Amino acid sequence: MKQVAIKLNGKKIKCNEGASVLQVAIDHNIEIPHFCYHEDLPIDANCRVCLVEVDGKVMTSCTLKAQAGLAVKLNTPAVAKLRKENMELLLAGHTQRCPKCQKNYACQTREQMEKYGVTGKKYERPCLNLPIHKMGSAAEFDPEQCIGCNKCVEMCQKIGIGFLQLKGQAAKNSLAITDDKCVDCIYCGQCTVHCPVAAVREQNQIEQVKAALKDKSKIVIAQCAPSVRCSIGEEFGVKPGTNLMGEINTALRQLGFDRVFDVNMGADITTWVEAKELVERIKNGGPFPMFTSCCPGWVKMAEFYYPAMLEHLTTARSPQIHSGGAYKTWWAEEEGIDPHNIVVVSLMPCTSKKYEAQMDKFKVDGHRPVDYVLTTREFAVLLKDQNIDLPKLKKSTVDPYGTFSGAAAIYGASGGVMESALRTAYHFLTGKELKKVEFKQVRGMQGVKRATIAINGHKLKVAVVATAANVKLIMEEIKKDPNAYHYIEVMSCPGGCIGGGGQPIPSTERIIAQRIAGLYQIDDKMQVRCAHKNPIVRRYMEEYIPSLPEHKQRELLYTSYSKKKRFE
Amino acid sequence: MRNIIKKIDQAGLVGRGGAEFPTARKWQSVKDAPGKVKYVVCNASEGELGLFKDIFILEHHLAEVMKGMVLAMDTIKTKKAYFNLNQNYHKKIKGKLGKLIKQYAKQDYEFEVFVEHPSYIGGEETALLDAIEGKRTQPRLKPPYPSDAGLFGAPTLINNVETFYNVALVAEDKYKNDRFCCLTVDGKRIDVYRQPADWSLEKILRETGNYPDYDFFVQVGGSASGVVYNQKQLSKNKLSGAGSLEVYRASMKPHQLLSQWFEFYAAESCGKCAPCRQGTFNLWKLIDKKTIDWKKIMAIVETMEKTSFCGLGKSIGVPVRSYLKNVEGRK
Ligand code: SF4
Ligand code: SF4
Ligand code: SF4
Ligand code: SF4
Ligand code: FES
Repeated sequence: MKQVAIKLNGKKIKCNEGASVLQVAIDHNIEIPHFCYHEDLPIDANCRVCLVEVDGKVMTSCTLKAQAGLAVKLNTPAVAKLRKENMELLLAGHTQRCPKCQKNYACQTREQMEKYGVTGKKYERPCLNLPIHKMGSAAEFDPEQCIGCNKCVEMCQKIGIGFLQLKGQAAKNSLAITDDKCVDCIYCGQCTVHCPVAAVREQNQIEQVKAALKDKSKIVIAQCAPSVRCSIGEEFGVKPGTNLMGEINTALRQLGFDRVFDVNMGADITTWVEAKELVERIKNGGPFPMFTSCCPGWVKMAEFYYPAMLEHLTTARSPQIHSGGAYKTWWAEEEGIDPHNIVVVSLMPCTSKKYEAQMDKFKVDGHRPVDYVLTTREFAVLLKDQNIDLPKLKKSTVDPYGTFSGAAAIYGASGGVMESALRTAYHFLTGKELKKVEFKQVRGMQGVKRATIAINGHKLKVAVVATAANVKLIMEEIKKDPNAYHYIEVMSCPGGCIGGGGQPIPSTERIIAQRIAGLYQIDDKMQVRCAHKNPIVRRYMEEYIPSLPEHKQRELLYTSYSKKKRFE
Repeated sequence: MRNIIKKIDQAGLVGRGGAEFPTARKWQSVKDAPGKVKYVVCNASEGELGLFKDIFILEHHLAEVMKGMVLAMDTIKTKKAYFNLNQNYHKKIKGKLGKLIKQYAKQDYEFEVFVEHPSYIGGEETALLDAIEGKRTQPRLKPPYPSDAGLFGAPTLINNVETFYNVALVAEDKYKNDRFCCLTVDGKRIDVYRQPADWSLEKILRETGNYPDYDFFVQVGGSASGVVYNQKQLSKNKLSGAGSLEVYRASMKPHQLLSQWFEFYAAESCGKCAPCRQGTFNLWKLIDKKTIDWKKIMAIVETMEKTSFCGLGKSIGVPVRSYLKNVEGRK
């Protein structure tokens, strides 16, 4: 790519010829407010806010291409005036409707409005009397708050679902769902992480968590998912991939959580159970392939689109469900606490985990393993609400029952579940330990990774799929050759959960790659890097579980799947 | 017909949809564009207020229009053309059209009719391409231009009904630099006239016997997006844009005129971009009130002119500013 020099407000900058000037500005930390641009998606140029001036003419910077000698002015009076008008038009009525604004939660849109002196009250937008659409218990959108940027629509298309579309002419233009009855939402939340104004958003549970924290009769447990620790910093201006685990533990205690455990502990249980199942299947010669099932987005996809495949999903429960169940049984017994009084709150990079948490099939002794799920974004709101400046806190460690291995830490990255399972499956098959625990073949940002892995004379053919769109490819391969793979990991989101729908905004492929690097660093530095060596999980799996009657064991460790209808 | 592009160039044909782009250049660029698959599209959307010449041509000269399309197909070497046809027009000509399509099918020319839900934005070249492709009727980001990547990504030649008709005349050396004029007087559609392109507006009104006996002003080139002239300017100006001429009584209240325009814009905005989607709605809302707040109106008009995504939103300044300057400001 040819390099050219352009000027942004007099500052000379080298960039690729033809690059979007807005992208160049973003790359150099030069602020140009914008609402409809995203570097991984097509340029729509519909917000008309990213204005700049060239030779006295005002234009949108997202569509302006870098050419040698281009001189761009950023904040001329004409730009400032037109930008403000367009923001007023775009955000007319926004704050009155936005539930975040109503609660005075921290919000990027409102910060921008304040910065540019935009009230949202200068102009009107029509009242369409459209209801808020709920996507299961995961996400929701308010058509009346949509500014028609089209990002969620494109993202949902890109991940291979196509559930959303903009409908309505003129001022009626707003978000709606597809008329195609054969298409259903998988609750991944990728739409929510691409909405500039929280018109499509997670179903918020901040108030419920706040109430639980205030309730003296409750023991409130926090558990943080693998991916959250390497992304939450972005909400506080820290570089993507910075591991803030220690600070998060401190913050959770400051917020009033009674125990700070970790979804990673649950991930080690998942690995254990899943690796056992894989080994069983290897010994029995199938059935293959076995699919992972810790992504509820993928599970919903399988249950709606590929019901014939359901017997191929591992029966192991997902991490948050495993650990939540362990707290409400094992831990509760050990501590002598009535599980009825335990409230488990998961911090997740994901909205589909909200959907998963409320499913009745996971109940243990009649209790939901997880009561509330906060996305990374909601967690940041909660922290800001309590004036906790996360990166400035002292580090502290998790409580003992939250102990985890390096294998759990990498669960957040696409390929991580596979790698963790392989480390432990090797041990279960051979009784030995791997000298080198890394399986680098399954790492990286590609949508599909394929590898053949030799374990104890078995040639294991594996595939790792990230973003739901790539499931189709794998399904076609399996259709042609049912023996194409032994073990397949599927994550709905780009790059895995680390690129999940509950992560900080913006979330781009470049940012996701940085976050992933952070996760692998955690694993590199750990003493214990295999799930089966996690002492807490060993006690749980080798002492507690075997002491239970069989139906209890099943209730705690396994799950089942069933064909799902639309909106189910 | 080997030299058709040259002949079109010599005849000085320009687009008759409103933008007045030289037709020869358009044809040449589609011809030169690399690609095996190419398309010809005839734009018979005609969604602007005050325009009804396309249907006039379709009703009276359909064979010529299709001949022009066939010449285009031969020139860019394709056998496939689309008719982007306003639904209301389709009802009127489908019998005749069907017969001609069958005849051409014998020579392997394929015409596909796309029946368009009538709208203003449906006439925008890239919006109509998206509509034919089954997407939302909204303009595309340019470049790429349709001549490089148009319908289904293939180089596409799009012309208005009148242009294809004129091409057929050029081919037979019958073209006389005439143009069509849709005349509306005091809210009533009068007729479609055909007169030399260089006639002044005054001449058109007088020669056709329509010069009003009351004080009036006119709007030319679309009765929503066209330019407004007062009576004194008629002799110095010609028909422009998409060939319409509307006469308004001088006593017409600004409130009435503006609500006519803004209602049209507020209904016809495709809704894609913020200034036009929200701006047209707010303009229309402003007119709801009895008094006219020119300051507020002009703030929105300026934002739409300077920042709208496509020509529809950008055009709003033309009628409003020319009306203010030529009529309202002179009272
Ligand atoms: S949650 Fe996922 S599948 Fe559902 S609409 Fe959003 S992006 Fe599409
Ligand atoms: S819901 Fe949000 S992301 Fe989707 S189109 Fe509307 S404003 Fe854009
Ligand atoms: S990949 Fe992870 S973040 Fe995305 S839907 Fe699945 S579980 Fe949630
Ligand atoms: S200016 Fe914008 S909203 Fe208006 S028609 Fe063009 S693209 Fe659509
Ligand atoms: S970011 Fe450029 S128009 Fe929206």
